Amino acid sequence: MSVLADFERVDSDSGGAVLRFTGNLSLASLGDLPDRLDRVDGQVARIDLSQVARIDTVGAWVIHRFARDREAAVEGLQPASRHLFDQVVAAEHPIELPPKPESPFVHLLAEIGDAVFTAMHTLYGLLGFMGATVIAFWNVATHPRRFRFHATVHRFEVVGVSALGIIGLMSFLIGVVIAQQGAVQLRQFGAEVYTINLVGRITLRELGVLMTAIMVAGRSGSAFAAQIGTMKLTEEIDAMRTIGVSPMEALVVPRTIAVVTMLPLLGFYSALIGIIGGGLLCWVQLGIPPITFVQRIREVVPLDDLWVGLIKAPVFGAIIAIAGCFQGMQVEGDAEQVGRRTTTAVVQAIFLVIVLDAFFAVFFSQIGWI
Amino acid sequence: MSAPAPSASRDDIVIRVRNLKTGFGDQIVHDGLDLDVRRGEILGVVGGSGTGKSVLMRSIIGLQTPIEGEIEVFGENTIGREETEATAIRRRWGILFQGGALFSTLTVSENVQVPLKEYYPQLDQALLEEIGAYKVVMTGLPPEAAPKYPAELSGGMKKRAGLARALALDPELLFLDEPTAGLDPIGAAAFDELTASLQKTLGLTVFLITHDLDTLYAICDRVAVLADRKVIAVGTIPELLALDHPWIQEYFNGPRGRAAVAGSKAHRAEDRG
Repeated sequence: MSVLADFERVDSDSGGAVLRFTGNLSLASLGDLPDRLDRVDGQVARIDLSQVARIDTVGAWVIHRFARDREAAVEGLQPASRHLFDQVVAAEHPIELPPKPESPFVHLLAEIGDAVFTAMHTLYGLLGFMGATVIAFWNVATHPRRFRFHATVHRFEVVGVSALGIIGLMSFLIGVVIAQQGAVQLRQFGAEVYTINLVGRITLRELGVLMTAIMVAGRSGSAFAAQIGTMKLTEEIDAMRTIGVSPMEALVVPRTIAVVTMLPLLGFYSALIGIIGGGLLCWVQLGIPPITFVQRIREVVPLDDLWVGLIKAPVFGAIIAIAGCFQGMQVEGDAEQVGRRTTTAVVQAIFLVIVLDAFFAVFFSQIGWI
Repeated sequence: MSAPAPSASRDDIVIRVRNLKTGFGDQIVHDGLDLDVRRGEILGVVGGSGTGKSVLMRSIIGLQTPIEGEIEVFGENTIGREETEATAIRRRWGILFQGGALFSTLTVSENVQVPLKEYYPQLDQALLEEIGAYKVVMTGLPPEAAPKYPAELSGGMKKRAGLARALALDPELLFLDEPTAGLDPIGAAAFDELTASLQKTLGLTVFLITHDLDTLYAICDRVAVLADRKVIAVGTIPELLALDHPWIQEYFNGPRGRAAVAGSKAHRAEDRG
């Protein structure tokens, strides 16, 4: 259906040439016409479009651009096409070119400064949000009727019970891997039996809670950010405020309670499964029967190790919940923000959890729980 | 009164739907629906909520596969086409979705350039920028809107930006899904005017879904009424008013319908005087 646009040059004696166009001057049949027009040199006085079958706005624009630059007259258009051509010409507006990029050094400095500013700004906002959460908890504590029991119980299920499968599997495998690696190294000293110490102490003290926190940050922290962020976009949060429901009390408090309560339980569960995984490997590979394994665990793992894990867990939980809810509340504008904020929530939560874990390690060793 | 009268010749029919049946699971939306859209007309599609106006549009543009029936656009069957053949038809139409459906990570000008880049990769960047700029201005947006992101635009501006993208390829056929919904009356009237003037300038055929009675009176050449899972009538508004269908009577003769008539009459009187 489309006849390719083409033109021929007719030189006339009255100075300047005439370009006579044929075919369809439309987007689909434009071909390399813009490039060829660029290569036309010499004066062009007139552009004859009387042979053109069809013209659309892109064709009109290409002709207009050429005519404008070469100061040529455009003629021979049908009245309807003339109308379209005039409309395109009327819509012309100088476009602003994007500013020139600055030098790489300045750009690098600007990026670093921007990142520092954003980090400080986020930290400030996060601290403010923690304060707001504390106030919301206080309000709920002084007005117990405002506590959302059903929402909280529902969160218990989503954050805790639904996570049992994946956390169990992960902990079991980690227990197996630690025992296996420990056994390989300790065998060199003939001290394979210390594998039990390794598995028992490291899972209860560190890995159980830490891995659970990372898993919950990925599962629930991200979900909080995405849910609250989407609610922000659809103006649900604003609707809540106008009805007199505080989003902090309705959304943040139940989620925080759920994670703070569930993380110690999940962490303990994770440690137990990790020990079972390690015990299984000890039985299969080192020939230590389960009964001996359990006895040995009772001898070498002090109760302090359990407390270390259980004290850290609620703090980690609070960090995960607050980071998720905070990032969700920061969503503004478009759907892309939801994705970005969700990522930030998870990264922030895991980072803070690991930093705090290091502090806890120093603290507990200072008070003698080693 | 059920089937549209096949008065126009086959060449003049841009969209031809015959015996269309669509649905989701057990729920049937259309059953035995027939519709013709003639070249160069603005066809308004009306119907109560849930009568499947948007589903009809989605079936025509191939976003939803009908259970049975024929759909021809530009004389070619659109159901079950190869991807390459479907693409050839797709570049001849433009669609304005209800919310604008602009790509939120791109500026308005870049949004307009997306279909151009997709279908005509040989165009150089400078020409693309220029095309983006004049399309934006042609749809009545201020030139400053071109480098903005959709999140920075008002609802009415988003619709215009969406229209600019729908018109990027200079299509022959334009689908508008409730273009004036959510606009203030002045903005809605301006959008109607824009649609009519672009239709005249570019020689478009327009398939327009609307709830807006003012739009129907102001710019539609014919109106198709969806009810009882089919198109129960197509015609000019006076022709529809002559019919004795309860929904049509209530739609056009309800309080809002009468207000729209009064408005359009006053407008015409003003034009004369």
